[in-house]
Amino acid sequence: MVTAEVAEAVPAQTPEDRFEAVIAAEQRIEPRDWMPDAYRATLIRQIAQHAHSEIIGMQPEGNWLTRAPSLRRKAILLAKAQDEAGHGLYLYAAAETLGVDRAELTEKLISGRQKYSSIFNYPTLTFADVGVIGWLVDGAAICNQVPLCRCSYGPYARAMVRICKEESFHQRQGFELLMTLMRGTEAQRRMVQDAVDRWWWPSLMMFGPPDADSPNTARSMAWRIKRHSNDELRQRFVDMTVPQAEHLGVTLPDPELRWNEERGGWDFGEPDWSELTRVIHGQGPCNTQRIERRRTAHEDGAWVREAAVAHAAKRAAEHAAAAAAAEQHTEQENGK
Amino acid sequence: MTESPAAPHAESPAEHKAEHKAGSKADSRACWPLYEVFVRPRRGLNHVHVGSLHASDDRMALLAARDLYTRRNEGVSLWVVRSDAITASTPDERDPFFEPSGDKVYRHPTFYDIPEDVPHI
Ligand SMILES: [Fe+2]
Ligand SMILES: [Fe+2]
Repeated sequence: MVTAEVAEAVPAQTPEDRFEAVIAAEQRIEPRDWMPDAYRATLIRQIAQHAHSEIIGMQPEGNWLTRAPSLRRKAILLAKAQDEAGHGLYLYAAAETLGVDRAELTEKLISGRQKYSSIFNYPTLTFADVGVIGWLVDGAAICNQVPLCRCSYGPYARAMVRICKEESFHQRQGFELLMTLMRGTEAQRRMVQDAVDRWWWPSLMMFGPPDADSPNTARSMAWRIKRHSNDELRQRFVDMTVPQAEHLGVTLPDPELRWNEERGGWDFGEPDWSELTRVIHGQGPCNTQRIERRRTAHEDGAWVREAAVAHAAKRAAEHAAAAAAAEQHTEQENGK
Repeated sequence: MTESPAAPHAESPAEHKAEHKAGSKADSRACWPLYEVFVRPRRGLNHVHVGSLHASDDRMALLAARDLYTRRNEGVSLWVVRSDAITASTPDERDPFFEPSGDKVYRHPTFYDIPEDVPHI
């Protein structure tokens, strides 16, 4: 309409000007627009890491698929794992719009040259972990992802809108699972508390290092890739989660957790950042296992990919032969 | 996570990847071609582009699109089309390309002043 045309017609002499103008006007950068090399590189790194996290993230919960306590829980868990695979694919597709190839990103993941979220390097020891992952890990992911729906890069923002719509089910099924366990036996309640104790701090670390140690945040925020700092998002997550923990009847394992009337938020203790550094650099409890599993799945799937290509070639040849035969038939008919 | 990966910058990263032409760096490395996916959410609505996927052939693209983009009744009809079959305008020529519509304000109803008291117009 008229207004849209006016907005599009912002005069800009250089590609840089145009890029800056689009960002400033809260419009979206689209794949073939000019963009600074560092903007492209930042997005490729972030989207790839995000995609890898979705894919690797299927493993901790996948551990319990064959041992879910009921058909209902099994169906739910399967649906969730399938969603995460879908999230990975949406994100790889978004990354590909920046000129990289999915196969190349997979190669970088299994060779350890690209990272995934540190949270997925922790083991799932009991079925309560499935509930706690849904509640805390997907909950933290939602905190991170909702602002990304307004990211300045169009394909990433659109993938995030789709993903956020699906994440709500993940968090709610986890919370419901935990509520069910909390209504059960004493042993089941202890199982939930144990899982909360193990996952709480790693969940807080999902937001990344503290702002002071996150040098790229300012630039990402200026580019409107990121909308809030790590510490802001972490605070938001704590504020959302504390009342949920109370409702559930579990204790969050932080003696420093207390309501701060002045600033209207929860004060909380400092995560052990050296642990985050260790896990990121490959020394988490499950790093080796996760990558090994991903590599095996990729290599075991090679024959399927090859067979699909062979099948496609065979079908194409059949179609071509049938078309040629039909054409010959028509010529004969016409010749009569 | 501090250093940036040596991201290969394809010569012309595609718009909807519609311009991932055969022979571009990205395409030659992928074993399966890229498809664009369009979903009709309900009867009476247009098919809308929802994303893309890789598949070995048209049939597989359709099945994968169903699994990937319609897990929650998002659609009643699906189209898949090879990305390299799409012809798109380029951002470079955007201004001249769409320029013909820029100065024709008389194509819009608001261009015409009609007295307030004329009904139904
Ligand atoms: Fe996800
Ligand atoms: Fe999720």
